[in-house]
Amino acid sequence: MDILLSTENLTKSYLGKKALNVVNIEIPKGKVVGILGPNGSGKTTLLKIIAGLLKPSSGKVLIDGKEPGVYTKSIVAYLPDTPFLYKWMKIKDSIDFYRDFYKDFDEEKAWELLKFMNLDPDSKVTSLSKGMAEKLNLTLTLSRKAKLYILDEPLGGVDPTTREKILDAIIQNYNEDSSMLITTHLVNDIERLFDEVLFIANGSIVLSGNAEELRLKEEKSIDELYREVFK
Amino acid sequence: MDIKFNEKAPIYIQIMDYIKQNIISGKINPGDKLPSVREMSAFLKVNPNTLQRAYQELERENITYTQRGMGTFVKEDEEMIQVLKKDVAREVINSFVERMKNIGFTEKEIVNIVKERLEGEDK
Repeated sequence: MDILLSTENLTKSYLGKKALNVVNIEIPKGKVVGILGPNGSGKTTLLKIIAGLLKPSSGKVLIDGKEPGVYTKSIVAYLPDTPFLYKWMKIKDSIDFYRDFYKDFDEEKAWELLKFMNLDPDSKVTSLSKGMAEKLNLTLTLSRKAKLYILDEPLGGVDPTTREKILDAIIQNYNEDSSMLITTHLVNDIERLFDEVLFIANGSIVLSGNAEELRLKEEKSIDELYREVFK
Repeated sequence: MDIKFNEKAPIYIQIMDYIKQNIISGKINPGDKLPSVREMSAFLKVNPNTLQRAYQELERENITYTQRGMGTFVKEDEEMIQVLKKDVAREVINSFVERMKNIGFTEKEIVNIVKERLEGEDK
């Protein structure tokens, strides 16, 4: 199987405190992977290193065979868990911005997704509610034809109907040639989407595997496993 | 179409059961085309790989067949459908009998109560 992303003894410390501690993962092409863990477990740090926004203290990351850099940024679409658009922008400006910035941006798809999400292109980015902003950010991220999508808390703070829309958008944009990493602590809503899950606690992977096989072996849902691992 | 997942069990098995149920009840007929993996995964909000696996297993169990570029179809095999029916009937009966025994019925009493129920229905 083609390995799209791998890490080798990945470690990141901040002033002696270890945010990631010897993380080894391998993610093949065409998988949806859930990275599950409570706040402060190291999920976002891991994603930021993969996205090339943070440098590891030690260890290695390879994405499509390359270390994070210009090439990997061109094939990784990253949805951060914090706002990243300029305040002066309208939704349509954010689309122009992405089109100018990313070669793999599919503008047609972006307009389609905006419509699907019921977003008005003339709204100002600063006027959007949390859920609407999340939908816009996801629209921009999924409209790139990336090999690796990294979605940091795509369901954070959105209502159930918006959640459904976001899940639909993720499923409809899944394709066999790319992989998705999704972090969440709302495991219940999204566990049916995962091929593989990684449980992360205090910077280390404490449990990982194929979601269906874990259900079979433990006779528990991923959500129940999560509650057990992190209680 | 309605399906409620119990996420304690593998989802692909539940999807298989769901499709089998629909074949038995005649909602899906022999020779019918199943929805594509993508359609089904969007509808059920399930990972497409999970659906792919469910479809593969159905094929392995000789319930469906795939025609390249056309999709997945239910086999036109009356015998297979009868076997499916019997399998499900056995499961239903097993769980019924177990529950009746749990609330203190003897086998004889179970037979009688089922008889009464069915004869009552006739009238």
